[in-house]
Amino acid sequence: MRPLTEDESRAVFEKLANYIGKNLIHLIDRPDGAYCFRLQKDRVYYVSEESMRLSISVARPNLVSLGTCFGKFSKSGKFKLHITALDYISKYAKYKVWIKPNGEMPFLYGNHVLKAHLGRITEDTPEHQGVVVYSMSDMPLGFGVTARATVDTRKLDPTSIIIFHQADVGEYLRDEDTLF
Amino acid sequence: MGRRAKNKQPPPEPLDAKPYSSTKKLGKRKAETQDDKPRPAKKIKDSKSKKPRVTFDDDAGSNDGWEGVQDDGVIGDLDDLIDDEDDDMLRGPVQELDFDSDEDEPAPLLLRGRKSKQGGPAPNIIPTGSDDSSEESGSDDERTTMANMEARSRALDAKAAAEAELDIEEFQQAAADEDDEDDVDMDGQEDANGDMDAEPFHLPTAEEREEEKLTVPDVHTVQRRMRECVRILGKFKRLAAEGHSRSDYIAQLILDISSHYGYNDFLAEKLFHLFPVAEAIEFFEANEVPRPVTIRTNTLRTRRRDLAQALVNRGVNLEPIGKWTNVGLQVFESSVPIGATPEYLAGHYMLQAASSFLPVIALAPQPNERVLDMASAPGGKTTHIAALLQNTGVVFANDANKARTKSLTANVHRLGCKNVVVCSYDGREFPKVMGGFDRVLLDAPCSGTGVISKDASVKINKSERDFTLLSHLQKQLILCAIDSVSPESKTGGYIVYSTCSVTVDENESVVDYALRKRPNVKLVETGLEFGREGFTKFRGKTFHPSLNLTRRFYPHVHNMDGFFVAKFKVEKRVKAKKADEEEPIMVEVVAEDGTVENKPQEDAGFDSDEDRPYLEESKRRRMKAKGLRPPPRSKTVKATA
Repeated sequence: MRPLTEDESRAVFEKLANYIGKNLIHLIDRPDGAYCFRLQKDRVYYVSEESMRLSISVARPNLVSLGTCFGKFSKSGKFKLHITALDYISKYAKYKVWIKPNGEMPFLYGNHVLKAHLGRITEDTPEHQGVVVYSMSDMPLGFGVTARATVDTRKLDPTSIIIFHQADVGEYLRDEDTLF
Repeated sequence: MGRRAKNKQPPPEPLDAKPYSSTKKLGKRKAETQDDKPRPAKKIKDSKSKKPRVTFDDDAGSNDGWEGVQDDGVIGDLDDLIDDEDDDMLRGPVQELDFDSDEDEPAPLLLRGRKSKQGGPAPNIIPTGSDDSSEESGSDDERTTMANMEARSRALDAKAAAEAELDIEEFQQAAADEDDEDDVDMDGQEDANGDMDAEPFHLPTAEEREEEKLTVPDVHTVQRRMRECVRILGKFKRLAAEGHSRSDYIAQLILDISSHYGYNDFLAEKLFHLFPVAEAIEFFEANEVPRPVTIRTNTLRTRRRDLAQALVNRGVNLEPIGKWTNVGLQVFESSVPIGATPEYLAGHYMLQAASSFLPVIALAPQPNERVLDMASAPGGKTTHIAALLQNTGVVFANDANKARTKSLTANVHRLGCKNVVVCSYDGREFPKVMGGFDRVLLDAPCSGTGVISKDASVKINKSERDFTLLSHLQKQLILCAIDSVSPESKTGGYIVYSTCSVTVDENESVVDYALRKRPNVKLVETGLEFGREGFTKFRGKTFHPSLNLTRRFYPHVHNMDGFFVAKFKVEKRVKAKKADEEEPIMVEVVAEDGTVENKPQEDAGFDSDEDRPYLEESKRRRMKAKGLRPPPRSKTVKATA
């Protein structure tokens, strides 16, 4: 386990800023305790300082996970955000999308969100913006990237894609072998 | 998924109608061009729940009756898994069809016959009504004309009725056999008023037993013999036959148990001796039946009543478990897979056995504590602890098996536990890696004799050596757990040791060992209101009397998996006491050497001055006994040497 380097931190924060924007500051300066990012085996973990200090006594080959895993770095250095970060992202998300009950299951299978499944969307969402996908009962289901801005979405026909799928909670079952 | 299958087109019908047994392997019914056999099965099955399977004969003969009916493929889609079993069960006896009678409801009759092992009545389905409706709904892919539908419907009803009749006949036959046996017993009892039982029941001799071992024993004979043995052992003085001791009957009973229920001899005997005779049979019976499915609400994400509401909306039949927990829900039946609902994926609940709630309830972690879970995969108890801590403090989740830490981590993340550190050490390394925990939970690896209903292979693959190895490992682990807890903890200092086993070597023996080896540790109340007390003595072994504070749970008593929970409190180690014990030994050894040595100066509760004259006297005596000349006494104290 080691702290992130400059470049790695930049990659992580850029990715996160795509979803939570300015609220990123809340992840770093928290009122209820200091939290930090640590890297263990190419995965980025977000953990409170207290837990992190205790887990230093665990040897590197034996440490499996600490706090919350946000994502991992690929071999070429790109950072991919995992579904396990959903809790924090949904708490601080700026742009949200709600999908209808009939659209829940397709999204949980890994498909993109179609216009027909769209329930609500926050106003003035620009194109290619990271959004968090919720069910109508305000349960976070995953996150994605908008295909079009909100204003354009209105003009689309029902079978066109409006949100590209990035991660969904169904991955806990579908990808349980590769998730960790 | 069954629901989605309805929206898709089925694969094209094959040219030949395949026999039923091969199409059974396919998940989706749509692929069958097989006749409407599945339909009547489904209709009846819905009206009764589990019934023992009847072996399935070849289907070919019963096809004959369907010549008049067009065979267009599957009528509807059947997404309930229960329907698969249904078809198997009703396959057997049907050979003839009665087209004439449109008989009324076979359903109520069948309800009487079913051996219901699950709670709750199954819904009554009226064949005629729903036949038409489901045919209409599912028939978007075949040609059903009006005339066709009616004829088919009538044929289905008739078939269902015929099958039902045959089933009832069979069951009554079986019941009659049992009744006959009962009658025989009654007669025997009335006859005997002391000695008896020569004709109706006699204990097989050794030769007969040998013979029986070679042949496949008849189930009814074995059952009857078991019942007889139990009855005789209940009133031994009155009912025992001449020349047979108690142990003969017990030996025979154990043999029958192992052949009837499928245990190896060692395990059958071990488990038998844990209970009084009649209760032992109940225990073995309970192991054949699965325990109810239960889920635990994740209080970090939702509340129990919200979750119950959401699941009921999805079509799950559930109920809160009981007074002893406010996060448990019991699932009776579900039309959606309970392990794949959006609520499950969002981490609102965890599929967990009810008995697994108990050790964490006993542990009762307080917020801002440091807790260690030494054997935590797949993470049900760890996430429960994190939920009770409300994401404060730290939980160290350890598991020796690295592959299982994957599912542990996945569950931790899914349920939103943010203060968990997952590591993979052998549990015995623990105080060395890190110590000073407030609470430790050790859910030790065990033989699994309490969860036989979940995993029947335990019946045959556990031998004496397994128990020895496991017990040794558990003893080592519990000592490590005790050493990892800091006695100075302000709010904690507790260890909970639990196993999913009912045997004494893994439970009371290990706890007793810990109490002996760590005198600064004592047992305390678990805080669980129900459960049987642990044994304080068992078959010649006596344990520490405080073992009655531990709790045992049984499948046949509490309807949850067999479990054992013990809670320890660790106190400060008193070092001074150890030095006291060593002193007298030291002094004696010195004296025997013949040299007068000062006793240690520490105040150990001994008064040196008072003791000196006695020590001198005994020294003189020893020297005399050896033949040496003792030095003259310095003072004029004359002892009677």
